[in-house]
Amino acid sequence: MATTTRTVTDLTSTTKDGVGASPRRPDGTLKVTGEFAYSSDMWMEDMLWGATLRSPHPHARIHGIDVTEALRLPGVYAVLTHEDVPGEKRYGLEYQDQPVLAFDKVRYKGEAVAIVAADHPETARRALERIEVDYEVLPPVSDSRRAALDPEYPLVHEKGELPEHPEYNQSGNRVRYQPIRTGAFAESPSSQEAHREALERLRAEADAVVTTEYEVGMQDQAFLGPESGMAIPAEDGGVDLYVATQWLHVDQRQIAPALGLPQEKVRLTLAGVGGAFGAREDLSMQIHACMLALRTGKPVKFVYNREESFYGHVHRHPAKMRYEHGAKADGTLLYATLEIIVDGGAYASATPAVVGVASSLGIGPYEVPNVLVDAYGVYTTNPPCGAMRGFGAVQACFGYESQMDRLAKELGMHPVDLRLKNAMAQGSRIITGQEIDMPLPMAEMLERCRDLPMPVERTELEDPSDQRTLPGGVAGTTRGEGVVRGVGYGLGLKNLCFSEGFDDYSTARVRLEVVAGEPVVLVHTAAAEVGQGLVTIKGQIARTELGVEKVVIAPSDTQVGSAGSSSASRQSYMTGGAVRTACASVRAEVFELARRKGFVPQGREDVELALEGGKVVSAVDGVLVSLAELLGESAENGTVVERTREYHHRPTEMIDPELGQGSSHTQFGMCVHRAVVDVDVELGLVKVVALDAVQDVGKVMHPQQLAGQIQGGSTQGLGLALMEEIQVKDSEIRNPSFTDYLIPTILDTPPMRIDVLEHPDPHSPYGLRGAGEPPTLSSTPAIVAAVRDATGRPLTHAPVRPEDIVGIDL
Amino acid sequence: MRVSFNVNGEDVTADNVWPGESLLYVLRERLGLPGSKNACEQGECGSCTVYFDGVTACSCMIAAGQAEGREVRTVEGLAEEPGKGGDRTLSTVQEAFVEAGAVQCGFCTPGLLVQTDDLIERTVGAGRAAPDDSEIREALAGNLCRCTGYEKIIDAVHLAAERRAAAGSTS
Repeated sequence: MATTTRTVTDLTSTTKDGVGASPRRPDGTLKVTGEFAYSSDMWMEDMLWGATLRSPHPHARIHGIDVTEALRLPGVYAVLTHEDVPGEKRYGLEYQDQPVLAFDKVRYKGEAVAIVAADHPETARRALERIEVDYEVLPPVSDSRRAALDPEYPLVHEKGELPEHPEYNQSGNRVRYQPIRTGAFAESPSSQEAHREALERLRAEADAVVTTEYEVGMQDQAFLGPESGMAIPAEDGGVDLYVATQWLHVDQRQIAPALGLPQEKVRLTLAGVGGAFGAREDLSMQIHACMLALRTGKPVKFVYNREESFYGHVHRHPAKMRYEHGAKADGTLLYATLEIIVDGGAYASATPAVVGVASSLGIGPYEVPNVLVDAYGVYTTNPPCGAMRGFGAVQACFGYESQMDRLAKELGMHPVDLRLKNAMAQGSRIITGQEIDMPLPMAEMLERCRDLPMPVERTELEDPSDQRTLPGGVAGTTRGEGVVRGVGYGLGLKNLCFSEGFDDYSTARVRLEVVAGEPVVLVHTAAAEVGQGLVTIKGQIARTELGVEKVVIAPSDTQVGSAGSSSASRQSYMTGGAVRTACASVRAEVFELARRKGFVPQGREDVELALEGGKVVSAVDGVLVSLAELLGESAENGTVVERTREYHHRPTEMIDPELGQGSSHTQFGMCVHRAVVDVDVELGLVKVVALDAVQDVGKVMHPQQLAGQIQGGSTQGLGLALMEEIQVKDSEIRNPSFTDYLIPTILDTPPMRIDVLEHPDPHSPYGLRGAGEPPTLSSTPAIVAAVRDATGRPLTHAPVRPEDIVGIDL
Repeated sequence: MRVSFNVNGEDVTADNVWPGESLLYVLRERLGLPGSKNACEQGECGSCTVYFDGVTACSCMIAAGQAEGREVRTVEGLAEEPGKGGDRTLSTVQEAFVEAGAVQCGFCTPGLLVQTDDLIERTVGAGRAAPDDSEIREALAGNLCRCTGYEKIIDAVHLAAERRAAAGSTS
């Protein structure tokens, strides 16, 4: 990896495997031997299997549920419906609008209606078939545009069913409506007539105007480890839950009220997580497993299969977007308007926050003096949508980047030059008025990306007829005739950490003691390791801060305070910040102890001390004392230094519901991609030849894991560009399997060169920026731009389908 | 029904097996070998890949009864193969995956390890040239990974091939 612009001061720590090194993952050995216990690997001798009856209809009234025949089946221990929910009957991340088990109505196909515990998964499945549900089928409410704009459209949730949120302009099927007005459009914020007049004036001033409607399909996170876990009833009447999730405490906060239990009686431990990408931010089987365990007095295990997983978690919001951009002949952007409608499906989940991101970042990192944004998140009877890597910024990025390319073409400019002309930088204000008060080296990134070496031309290949180098691969669909190369660029701006006034924090407990003559650090947090490598980073920070090589990472559970969610690219920042803060506190205590015990020479109390190589050292006197001597053996009444600390990032605020102004974001991250593709323009097949990225991460914490984040994120963006879409027709998913929902294989994925910049953010620990999401934004528009370059087609839908490339209207 | 077969060199018997169970289910739920993974259970993802009489296969697509009398080798059995060099506890391929950063969430890893082990043994292990990128991509095309973008996996396979070749020439 070419790493440049190391402006951050190198840390003085000499401890091996500290911050900036690439030590091995502490869970790596267990993961390659098959011993790592994922949530679906939980097993107990007397456990039962849970199963879920799901609605076959997207929209129906429930007149009755009869479980008699299911209960009669031998091996069945319990069959529960909404009547058996002990506490609150609804839950949700932000709005409590989702029934634990459906009552009165089902609002999407696949909604949970009843649950069963039995002695074998097949017995449980057969019991589900014996449950009789009396449905009155209702027409689906599936058109997101009508849900946003047509007051006559049927309501998904009856009036009065939901809490009101005036700050979100909530009404009817609108979960949130967020306008943003700047420049000429801010003069009369809510007068449509005034907006029309302003728009006419701006159009007249512009030398080029491009107006396009875009769509982004519903993407699935497609983590490989299915929703699963085990609930074990406890003697105190509570329950212990082992589960794969992104945020233990937000699960606990939703589970306990549904069970009618105090929080402390619902104890969660993180089981091994097989990927997340946002899909585990909402609950799936958690409350159901706990209900069955408490009812039967036995451990209950749930494991969804792949089809059920498609119904069991939220997806990326599909979006309908209408953009208009106007520019002067030299490329200077004059105005932009955007109407974006994201389909939240049956329940709110993270929809309000997704609208907050999609609107505030809707125009991207470009200076535009006059902006009009109308962003809607709506209820429909489509599959519920919520968090997925990129979170509202992915959809908008496809739109604004496509617009930049169209505008560049219209003006006869190189797409990179148009972007450079309008690039934001540190000190710029995004359309919410928030100043970007950290480096935003967008121009440098664009230039570096443009100047990366190009892959060799097809004609220069050793064997241009090698089918493995061609679109269609060894299927042998072409020998190279009709294959055209294209190049495209994309860039994306992503908010990192939680936004809009959320009091986000993480907690870490750090303990230093001497075991068997050696100092050992124990780091305990509730943060979810979902594959990203946070367990490695926590250890690196502890080593760097405490100068101790041996670090043990305790399992994540609710016995320590919340770490917040493993989402929004926030854990290195937040839990990293918490570990660092707790370490600093431990370190101060150790120095105090060294002074108290007389290891600091008299008259030198003010000399700076450090912890290095397991010793307390002074800048003047060198090694003062080893930790082993200072603390003494832990098992022999030695001193144990333990500190628990919370870390909060700086406060943010809501953007206002009228003009959409406010400093709502904590941090900004950016990635730039260049894609090179070969397209079979006759068959509509694409081979991505190269997908190169330039990203600024502030500070590289672990070069190898960082590369994994950028390449993995780029590949998910490739999936959205070319293959991934949950097909929904009349509110029903048509492709709930890995046979029909395709994610990139190793054959679909090109070599990915990455170039990492390190302009530190002065507000964050070590200057780091969250790195996981930005590459997922920019790779999609870069690839689609490259396919446009090869084909000349407009390609307004992501993913691009073969029929779009060859121009067949199906 | 009762099913008896050999797993990782050991004869095993599972009782009360329902005929609809897969080999994967028997391994995971009845024999205490959860290393083979259940990502799709429809033969698309490769996370449950095992050696079945020496040939790699998705264990989710094999009915339990078909395993009667056969030899199965899972991820749990990779480290026990003698004479491959590397760490005492890890096989060359396992070692390379950890070292190269090819493991993130790790759910695809067991299947990829078995498939890579097969590729390495068919090539450098059989005295042939180390696989190039195209051969690696072909060999691993049936194993989905959602975390890595596959680049580090390709690095790991090259590393394993290099070390296996070195070990082979000295033995």
